[in-house]
Amino acid sequence: MTGSCVGAVVPLLASAGDGVSVAHYLVVGAILFTAGIVCMAVKRNALGVLMGIELVLNGANVNFVAFASPYLRGQGAASLGLDGQVIALFVILLAAAEAAVALAITLNFYNNHATVDVDRADDLKG
Amino acid sequence: MTGGIMIAAVNFHTLLFYLFALLACGFAVGVVVADNVVRMALYLVLSLGATAGLFFLAGAEFIGAMQLMIYVGGTLVLLVFGVMLTAQAPFVSIKTSAGDRVLAGIVAASLLALLLQAAFSVEAWRRPGLGEEGPPAATPLGTALVGVRVDEPAAGAPAGVRSGYLLPFEIVSVHLLVVLVGAAYLARAKRRRTPRAIEVAASVAPPSEMRRRTTGSASALAAGGAR
Repeated sequence: MTGSCVGAVVPLLASAGDGVSVAHYLVVGAILFTAGIVCMAVKRNALGVLMGIELVLNGANVNFVAFASPYLRGQGAASLGLDGQVIALFVILLAAAEAAVALAITLNFYNNHATVDVDRADDLKG
Repeated sequence: MTGGIMIAAVNFHTLLFYLFALLACGFAVGVVVADNVVRMALYLVLSLGATAGLFFLAGAEFIGAMQLMIYVGGTLVLLVFGVMLTAQAPFVSIKTSAGDRVLAGIVAASLLALLLQAAFSVEAWRRPGLGEEGPPAATPLGTALVGVRVDEPAAGAPAGVRSGYLLPFEIVSVHLLVVLVGAAYLARAKRRRTPRAIEVAASVAPPSEMRRRTTGSASALAAGGAR
């Protein structure tokens, strides 16, 4: 699978002068998404986990905007049109709401346990 | 002479795309690699700002502006406040064990390979963009959010009734209100559990005694009261 991946990236780099395609944006979104997933899984600081969530949502937003863009649409490809931008807007709003509640929960945890290490949040362990 | 030809040949849209893409991806990796939580917050701000640049380049200028105002200006400031409120010395950098890092690297590589393969799996997505100028999106976005679609149907979209977004807009409005109330409720200042005993001990004892009593255990407090 990695071989096919490299085989697909090489023509993309070779066609760099032709202009940007949707696939370029998808690569950026994939890297942001992967970085966010790893951040959520690896960080032990609760705020680091929150930052990973922001990265994941942002990677999804990059994809939505790329598919909605009339500028990036290639020959014969379909486009999401305005719907993609509306969904990206909703994602931004919900990310803001999620960050506010998650931060309040984190501060509560910090007040009760005097730490922000998520490994110490094992009160419900059976 | 040759320099002028080279400048004319450079596609600035492509050049700026690579600049912003490199910044966004590089700082996203920086967020993962950094151990210091303050540095992580800074890298996240820069990564999200570069992503706003990508939105501008894709012709979604309203989304880019909202990304800068809500994400970078609001959510990230909230996160930085959280970092500052919890930035006691032992928590500024919590190290991850090397085994976890190796495992995360393997998982990340396989996930990235899967996503990249999906990104290149459709041939139409790989064709370079035609560079059509879209109309400014702010007005159609605003009317779509109140339920009226004034934009042209997207190219290749099936014909039919296109729905507005009045109901999701209302749901999100109520959601934001509930979140505001809930966050304020969760983060409110708590009343201390036994205010009376500590206040009495503090008012009776001299300063040196008081420090020992208030920081000591409950039994020490009881013993001090009995003496």
